[in-house]
Amino acid sequence: MRLTRRYRFSASHRLHSDRFDPAENERIYGKCNNPFGHGHDYVLEVSVRGALDERTGRIVDLEVLDGLVNAQVISRFEHKNLNRELGAFEATIPTTENLAIEIRRGLQQAWHPAFGANGPAIERIRLEETKRNSIELQ
Amino acid sequence: MLITRRVDFSASHVCRLHGASDEENCALYGLAANPHGHGHNYILEVTLEGDPDPATGMVFDLKQLKDVLNREVVEPMDHRFLNYEVPPFDRLVPTVENVAVEIWRRLEPHFRDGVRLANVRLYETEDLFVDYAGER
Repeated sequence: MRLTRRYRFSASHRLHSDRFDPAENERIYGKCNNPFGHGHDYVLEVSVRGALDERTGRIVDLEVLDGLVNAQVISRFEHKNLNRELGAFEATIPTTENLAIEIRRGLQQAWHPAFGANGPAIERIRLEETKRNSIELQ
Repeated sequence: MLITRRVDFSASHVCRLHGASDEENCALYGLAANPHGHGHNYILEVTLEGDPDPATGMVFDLKQLKDVLNREVVEPMDHRFLNYEVPPFDRLVPTVENVAVEIWRRLEPHFRDGVRLANVRLYETEDLFVDYAGER
């Protein structure tokens, strides 16, 4: 069985690469290249696959899952400027794609210590930048 | 081809293990362990898999699907206290996982002859849902 939990955080970013000249940045990233940056209310879905514990009727301890996502994602990104305040995006453009990869990396790193070797597995994350666009990683 | 129909129902429940202490129940279920119970607006998405009938162009008659969903899920569960009024939740904790498995168990026998129940997705809230495909 798979359980999915949705989380939210708000953050600002600017899409800009020093590898391109200003005109090329404008062409590639459009409005997202605005030098002052802009923000989004991100929605993160974390899907967990596990076996049903017949005693508790659960496949995952939600308190542990929430704690892990809060520590690895929400507290890092909530109301932050992704370009300026996170080392991860000093050299990496904080597109939704790269943000999703960074979120998955953080969750995977802390997953086994939190749930143990026989615990539920992270199966998928889905990150919505807006209601109109999202990234899914298996 | 997959075809999905959505219905909703509202019900109350309490998540507590018989014989476990208050402390353990709170640790396991958090606020859901409140003995007085609380409620949710559940949303159920039922997905069938099959090929369209060459004559009707339909995988399954949606009116018939609606009737099955109403009879097996909505009528027995809507505006009910699951623990007190809907077996097996008198003895099984009505977590969203267990409710999804029970819905699967009720629906699965209705689909035969080239149509199968492919997935049950049950939202307990907008931010918490499970997908169950009959796996053991």
